[in-house]
Amino acid sequence: MVARRPTRTVMRLVAALAPAALLAAALAGCAPNDFPQSTFNPRSEFAGMIQSLNLQLIFWVVLIFIVVQTLLIVAIVKFRARPDSPEPKPVHGNTALEIAWTIAPAIILAFVAVPTVLTIFKTQAKPVRTDLVVKVIGHQWWWEFQYPDLGVVTANEMHVPVGRTIVVDIETADVIHSFWFPAMGGKRDAIPGRPNRIWFTPDTVGVFPGQCAEFCGLSHANMRMKLMVETPAAFAAWVELQRRPPAGGGAAPDSTAAVSAAMALAPAPAPPAGSPAARGREIFGQSACIGCHTVAGLSAGVLGPDLTHFASRTTFAGSLFENTPDNVARWLTDPPGRKPGALMPNLGLTPEQVNALVAYLESLK
Amino acid sequence: MASTIATAAAVHAVPRSESGLWSWITTVDHKRIGALYGVTAFILFLVGGIEALVIRLQLAQPGNHFISPDVYNQMFTMHGTTMVFLAVMPLSASFFNFLVPLMIGARDVAFPRLNAFSYWVFLFGAIFLHVSFLHGGAPNVGWFGYANLTAKGFSPGSGVDFWAIGLQILGIASLAAAFNFIVTIINMRAPGMGFMRMPPFVWMTLVTSFLIILAFPVITVALVFLLFDRFTGTNFFVPAAGADPLLWQHLFWLFGHPEVYILILPAMGIISEVLPAFSRKPLFGYPVVVYSGIFIGFMGWGVWSHHMFAVGLGPLADSFFALTTMLIAIPTGVKIFNWLATIWGGKLRFTTAMHFALGFIALFTMGGLSGFMHASPPADLQQTDTYFVVAHIHYVLFGGALMGIFAGIYYWFPKMTGRLMNERLGKLHFWLMVTAMNVTFFPMHFVGLLGMPRRVYTYAPHMGFDWMNLTSTVGAFGIAVGLLVFMWNWWTSRRHGEPAGNDPWGGASLEWALPSPPPPWNFATIPVVRSIDPLWHRESRAAALAANEPSGPIHMPPSSHWPIVSALGATLLMSGMIFGWAIGIPGLVVTLAGIYAWAFEPCT
Repeated sequence: MVARRPTRTVMRLVAALAPAALLAAALAGCAPNDFPQSTFNPRSEFAGMIQSLNLQLIFWVVLIFIVVQTLLIVAIVKFRARPDSPEPKPVHGNTALEIAWTIAPAIILAFVAVPTVLTIFKTQAKPVRTDLVVKVIGHQWWWEFQYPDLGVVTANEMHVPVGRTIVVDIETADVIHSFWFPAMGGKRDAIPGRPNRIWFTPDTVGVFPGQCAEFCGLSHANMRMKLMVETPAAFAAWVELQRRPPAGGGAAPDSTAAVSAAMALAPAPAPPAGSPAARGREIFGQSACIGCHTVAGLSAGVLGPDLTHFASRTTFAGSLFENTPDNVARWLTDPPGRKPGALMPNLGLTPEQVNALVAYLESLK
Repeated sequence: MASTIATAAAVHAVPRSESGLWSWITTVDHKRIGALYGVTAFILFLVGGIEALVIRLQLAQPGNHFISPDVYNQMFTMHGTTMVFLAVMPLSASFFNFLVPLMIGARDVAFPRLNAFSYWVFLFGAIFLHVSFLHGGAPNVGWFGYANLTAKGFSPGSGVDFWAIGLQILGIASLAAAFNFIVTIINMRAPGMGFMRMPPFVWMTLVTSFLIILAFPVITVALVFLLFDRFTGTNFFVPAAGADPLLWQHLFWLFGHPEVYILILPAMGIISEVLPAFSRKPLFGYPVVVYSGIFIGFMGWGVWSHHMFAVGLGPLADSFFALTTMLIAIPTGVKIFNWLATIWGGKLRFTTAMHFALGFIALFTMGGLSGFMHASPPADLQQTDTYFVVAHIHYVLFGGALMGIFAGIYYWFPKMTGRLMNERLGKLHFWLMVTAMNVTFFPMHFVGLLGMPRRVYTYAPHMGFDWMNLTSTVGAFGIAVGLLVFMWNWWTSRRHGEPAGNDPWGGASLEWALPSPPPPWNFATIPVVRSIDPLWHRESRAAALAANEPSGPIHMPPSSHWPIVSALGATLLMSGMIFGWAIGIPGLVVTLAGIYAWAFEPCT
């Protein structure tokens, strides 16, 4: 029962805590670009309110950490058994002291509880104004975004204008998911039968990654998404593009009253007859594709993402792959092989069919 | 002296086989059952640890293909389920079994055969759960099994059935053990041991047992609903039929949060024994430590929705559960300060057990503080379901529960085996594990705050998650090395360790008055307890040591094979839900026969 030399004990404690210090330093110096999904990169008032609360919490937590660990280390160094140390006094307690360290945490709690409750009510209040409503529907394993007032439906990439208050209605088509763009604020679950709602006002133009945060089955890790915060002009242009009747003619998307005014837009030119795209359109229309996917004017499937403007997206399949002809071809060859559990089956397409379909899909601007 | 004990042994006339496999199968001796619990739970702990290493290998780099997503989901589900139900809980149960009768001056628990039954049900339940690996895949829906992902439509395999039925089987073991310890502690304390003279570990056992008997019925109900849904087509969790899948979350966390305290309170009890022993000072503020433990156990019932802040229960509910959760920080803080005050002014001996107890304070504090952060719902909305929470639970359960359990192993190993563990290897184990533990779990705080969700089998490059995940993976293997050192130490010390004698540490409680290992009857004479730390006071020490002097015939319960038969029958009966009538009906017959024979077994 020889006691450790205290200096060695302390050295070892320091060694054990060194990675902690290193990481803290690394975090303090990190640029948002290195950590695009960081929760410390608030870009909306919702995320900002959380951030300021979080910083208060970190302050208290670090303070308590230092106090407790210091007391522990001092006790370890100071009270180690030495040959000449006297027998300790058998102290059984000290009422004043114990009351003190019951009240001290209670006071700290009050400092945290008040801003906590205020922030809860502020972030969950009714939105001050509603500039845009986006309905988010979680699917195993991709995201659908509907803009009911604009007649736009898209997938995996959510476009919003900067400086406008976005109200997000969160629903699910199957199991529980959780909608989360860390730069915009906290996550909110998509629960069957319980529509949820959050709102935020993005304050910076940019592209922000997000992903499903509630375990939702096999490809939960592959259920990613992107938030494109755009200038109001760029957003309007995007909306216009999405409302444009699809390439190759056919009817426009759902013509709600709000949309009908935009119907004057010229449809995109149809793929010239005999081109690979035209051939692809033919294959699309004759195969299983139409059972699950909507291409306005051609098919009305709802199980998979709406493909009417597929080519206008930068990524696809749960925002997992860059939207390049090569990637789309690989995807069409074997969807479940590319994204485990994908509901889209391997259709056994020939390379020629795949190439034609890629040409068609990439023409759906 | 030896001859008088031999006489005492001869007095209990029932023949007991003292060695050999049959003696272990039929034993009702709480010390042997404690050993069975300990060894079994440790092996299962290694299984859960291997699952963790597989998880860490898969996450070592982005887009890794070490295992398939389905195997990954099985791994994290089984890792969580194993560590909670098959490792930490039964490791605590091992201490309950070995220590409670010794600490309260009893010869065994109140229901020795029920105690054996608990162990066998636990063993068979654990085996049943692992059969799933060979029968279409292990459970893959997370240890929390959120509805409606567990519905037949989304999880058609039998993994979820194994999980739900396995937890029901394990629940029987936990409930039987908890009732046993409550009755034992309330009724069988030695004369003079009032409630406020019970060792703190016994107190925490009592609180934990009450939590178990109140919490397990809740998960039982939830699992029955789930099994009905899956086997008979009811709609408890089917949204299309109008059900609210949140019912599962409320039921699960109403069980799940007390479960967290079921995991940590025994470890708190252990370090409340170890710190005073090696400080040569009584536990500072014993009543307050006890009341804090009771208060934590009580408050554990009012905080479950803090697991559900992202669900959208509304600002009022979020505020309520935030405040109750923060309130728990007060008794937890009080305990930490009382432990610090216990070592303050003491004469500290840095044995391995003391290292682990001090490590508990350092690491558990960190887990408590990160927990305090996500007690605040707005902050939690950024933290929940990320690696930040993974870091938190591992600081609480690894840094807390496991450090406490290792402190307990090093502290009571001499009492269990009669030999001391090697202190040099023990300290090597400690420093390896504490260092590796921090290397593994500390970066998880950051990778979580930087946006990495939990339960993902892969992550994209360019997210900044890469090197932190690699660091965690390296750390996990460091923990494995630390455990190898421990196992080597345990194996060699068992046979070749230094003889311990009755009281190697100068402990205060009754078990140190007995020989190591204690005889089957523990106390030849039931001692009279005159103080809270009997071995540290001159008169009460004499009274405690008198426990070794026989004063009359000793009645001990006879060994029995009916507990294992009944346990086997109950497990077969329940596995019939998966394997069909051919297993279920014989299981029913064996269960009934076992219980009947048990009830009418002659009891000398």
